[in-house]
Amino acid sequence: MQMLEYILFGPFIFALIILLIPKEKSRIIMPVSAFLSVIHFILSLYLFFNFDETNRGFQFVINKKWLNPGINFHIGIDGVSLLLILLTTFLFPIAFFASFKSITKKQKGFAISMFLLEGGIIGVFVSLNLLLFYIFWEIMLIPMYFIIGIWGSKNRIYASFKFVLYTMAGSLLMLLAIIFYFKSAGGVSFELTDWLSKGPLPDHIQGWLFLAFALAFMIKIPLFPFHTWLSDAHTEAPTAGSIILAGVLLKMGVYGFIRFALPLFPYILLQYRELLIILSIIGIIYGGFMALAQKDMKRLVAYSSVSHMGIIMLGFLVLNKEGFTGAIYQMLNHGLSTGALFLLVGILYERTHTRQIADYGGVAKLMPIYSAFFMLVMFSSAGLPGLNGFIGEFMILWGTFEFKKILAVFAGTGIIIGAAYLLWMYRRVMQGPVKQTIKEKLVDLNIREILVLIPIIILIIWMGVYPSTFTNKITVPVSIQKYIMTIKGDR
Amino acid sequence: MIFILLFPVLSSLILILFGRYLNKKIVSLFSPISILIPFIIGIMNFDKAGDNIIYHIYRWISIGNINIEFALKWDHLSAAMVLMVTGVSFLIHVYSIGYMAEDKSYPRFFAYMNLFTFFMLVLVLSSNIIMMFVGWEGVGLCSYLLIGFWFEKESAAKAGMKAFIVNRIGDLGFLIGIFWILYVVRSADFIKINSFVSSGLMPVATATIIGLLLFAGATGKSAQIPLYVWLPDAMEGPTPVSALIHAATMVTAGVYMIVRLNGIYSLTPTASMVVAVVGVWTAFYAATIALTQTDIKKVLAYSTISQIGYMVFAAGIGAYGAAIFHLIMHAFFKALLFLGAGSVIHAMGGIQDMRKMGGLKKYMPTTFYTFLIAGLAISGVPGFAGFFSKDEILANSYFMNHRILWIIGIMTALLTALYIFRLIFMTFYGEPRMDKEVQYHIHESPKTMTIPLIILAVLSTIGGYISLPEFISKHSLWKSYMDKIIVFKKEILFTHTTEINLTLLSSFIAILGIFIAWYLYVKNTGLPDKLSNKFKFFHKLSYDKYYIDEIYEFVFINPVVYGSEGIYQWFDIAVIDGIVNGSGKFSLYSGNLLSYFQSGFLKDYIYHIITGAILILTIFVLGL
Repeated sequence: MQMLEYILFGPFIFALIILLIPKEKSRIIMPVSAFLSVIHFILSLYLFFNFDETNRGFQFVINKKWLNPGINFHIGIDGVSLLLILLTTFLFPIAFFASFKSITKKQKGFAISMFLLEGGIIGVFVSLNLLLFYIFWEIMLIPMYFIIGIWGSKNRIYASFKFVLYTMAGSLLMLLAIIFYFKSAGGVSFELTDWLSKGPLPDHIQGWLFLAFALAFMIKIPLFPFHTWLSDAHTEAPTAGSIILAGVLLKMGVYGFIRFALPLFPYILLQYRELLIILSIIGIIYGGFMALAQKDMKRLVAYSSVSHMGIIMLGFLVLNKEGFTGAIYQMLNHGLSTGALFLLVGILYERTHTRQIADYGGVAKLMPIYSAFFMLVMFSSAGLPGLNGFIGEFMILWGTFEFKKILAVFAGTGIIIGAAYLLWMYRRVMQGPVKQTIKEKLVDLNIREILVLIPIIILIIWMGVYPSTFTNKITVPVSIQKYIMTIKGDR
Repeated sequence: MIFILLFPVLSSLILILFGRYLNKKIVSLFSPISILIPFIIGIMNFDKAGDNIIYHIYRWISIGNINIEFALKWDHLSAAMVLMVTGVSFLIHVYSIGYMAEDKSYPRFFAYMNLFTFFMLVLVLSSNIIMMFVGWEGVGLCSYLLIGFWFEKESAAKAGMKAFIVNRIGDLGFLIGIFWILYVVRSADFIKINSFVSSGLMPVATATIIGLLLFAGATGKSAQIPLYVWLPDAMEGPTPVSALIHAATMVTAGVYMIVRLNGIYSLTPTASMVVAVVGVWTAFYAATIALTQTDIKKVLAYSTISQIGYMVFAAGIGAYGAAIFHLIMHAFFKALLFLGAGSVIHAMGGIQDMRKMGGLKKYMPTTFYTFLIAGLAISGVPGFAGFFSKDEILANSYFMNHRILWIIGIMTALLTALYIFRLIFMTFYGEPRMDKEVQYHIHESPKTMTIPLIILAVLSTIGGYISLPEFISKHSLWKSYMDKIIVFKKEILFTHTTEINLTLLSSFIAILGIFIAWYLYVKNTGLPDKLSNKFKFFHKLSYDKYYIDEIYEFVFINPVVYGSEGIYQWFDIAVIDGIVNGSGKFSLYSGNLLSYFQSGFLKDYIYHIITGAILILTIFVLGL
């Protein structure tokens, strides 16, 4: 086995290990899982350090015969998938550490679901075979469904249903499209490379197939108006679920556009590009305004995700190098800052069991360390220069400006609204007079919580101050290189 | 040179992380010294500034072919600004040792103040406009933190938030302006921008758009019409903060930015005209509000808005040297005014209402005399700093034939002298109007507070002599110093007799203003009330700040807040989710089949999903 296989199958093996832990020892399940996921993260750093930045193709490639001649076990990564995998392996330990106290029942099932989820996510990011990709895409769905449905809060059943129905609706169409494409492309291979080397299908078929793919991805992102599953799923999921959902799952939609929708259906995508850009921009502004209207902290963060994912999608859709780099970078930023926001809201929820903004006040007085972390993460999310969010937003807006000036203005209003809903929430929750009803319950962070937050904070600052560490890895994939403009006037 | 930045930021970090474990004495030593060292470094390198040195630190961002360096630019403009920022900041740090002594969050305060100084230095030292934006936003962050320093107070928290969000609106314009520069110049570097402009490559229309967009940012940060509304509220912060951030340094960033990019602004008469008109109008407008305020800090806040208006006006008419000159003089005397007001508030046990003061002269002589000097300076009484700097702006506008703007400027000068001496007379003269309890406690402030006052008073007196009017000395030190950083130099003919007449006129105006104030508030104390009753409408308009806050709330804030809530309820939930749920329900009721599947057991659903997926897979894979 090679390194990438270890990274991919690691979580599945971990799930097996957890399965073997006897019931009476369920207390050690969460620490063991957290430990395993940390090991996994360290292993994944191998990919980072051995990644060849000058090579624009896929690296660590494994191509084995699997089911049929056309269905190979074909995996490999480029800069885009590398960073997304690292984001995944980074966020899972955090999600586990965050669950020590909040997951009190059926820890075994939870840990197994989490590891299956992680395996599925990594599978999506490494697959270079369409069928393999689809299998991993669907594998993820089931554990996520359980995580929301079993360990979620009050309204979890409705939320998990909505999540599954929404995503299934998209992905089943995608499956049909994959199979149809397979047939139209000669019926011999599901290999992405084979499909690409054949060139695009005739236009009249392409259109429908593209729509099927695009719908699945748009729901995942989620692009306006397919976003209503998100607010429910985020709100009802346990903290760990929200972290992974916002941190990684949403990125798979954008990833799908980059890896599959654009290279397979370039002309159709270009035809629909304007519509998609409009939807992204509506999402940015609409998501922001909806966040303003929320009274539930988690729901507020969920809607902020809609806004941020709109910015990321816009960065991709302007199809130039600035926007593309920014979009990838912003995916990491959003994963970190939104993940951290959910974590922080979760910490508060664990203490008081309410997420209503109105129930809080003066938290900063009672929990100074907590509020300092919160503020840093908030400004990261609001794109304050010097922190990570700014780099991504700057690149995306700059790419957008190169594409069409006025669009940058529209998208830029997102940063005003972003500051507004975050600071307004901060003011109502953290500042002001102390609410007596929650006074007793609020104790400042313990060592475990601080230790979970510190790596995130370090990355937030590092990525803002010295972004080259990561931007160097972002190269435009070969398969879409010809569609990504280099700016004419660049000297 | 990097040490200039390193000391404040490291000190801030240490204080944030370990401040609570440190002895108060150590904090009070540590924090000001970390500002003093950059000041000394600045002085030692001052003579090198003429060489326009660039210090590269590292490459921050590189996208496409645009590289953004973290590099420092040491030239005449940045050197002057660095000395002013670190000097004033140091004095205010020292002052704060006394002022904040009782505060529980003492280390946090100094951590923020250090951080602010760091970002302010980044702002003035950066060699490209994007790093400047980093400083620009960074000082905004610190302003937010320090306005809301006493965050348990609802009004303080609210004011901090308002400051940040209002600034963000301007910043969007600023950001788009940066993009436009990048788009045309393909570089963010000030040197490249200036050489691009001076070689005539930039079309005037482009320069106009860029100039206006960047100015949008300046109206936020430098509190000009229409985005000035955050500054009066910002007075919720501790008084040293108001002195440092909201008077001397941060709020002048917009003026600094215009002067830094004077090449672009010189190119575009349209944008420059907008800048000048907004500036002079803000100066006048804010002065009319300052006339009737009763809160001592609010008077000074509107005074600051008004004085920055002068600077913006100067920058708009192309008198860049005069703008920076006034900026620095203003830093001295306005910091002094705020610190003096702080000393008064400190003595009064937190009371800021001037109607409850009076007669403080004999209780706190040092505060009074230094305050008086600052008052004379801001009024433009001959011999004091403000006289030289304000006069230079007015003379420039006169000789450049902006006569209408000049008249407004002169009228503002009258109002300035009037409101500031109204403040002085109400506070320090007359009978004490406070409670006996308060009166008993009034005391002169400790040495750490009065010594900075004295130093600033000295600076407010002698500072002006670096730039004497032309009719006194042909070669003003300041003018030849500033000429180095101006892209398009132009000679304006100053005729000596006219200039002398103008000087006499503005001296007369200043003294007239002081006289009126004396007549109203010392001689004939009943008169102000009579006047305000007679002109009730105007008085109320000014007292209630022309209701701009209320109008903004009604026109912008309420629609956004209630609009979002409405859309959320009526569109997001009702329409979009309605469609989703509706289609779900429809299928639910429409067939028995579905209701059979909806068993309510998780495992059933998963079972169905998996069998379904496998079924479809096998059908297609095998069937092909």
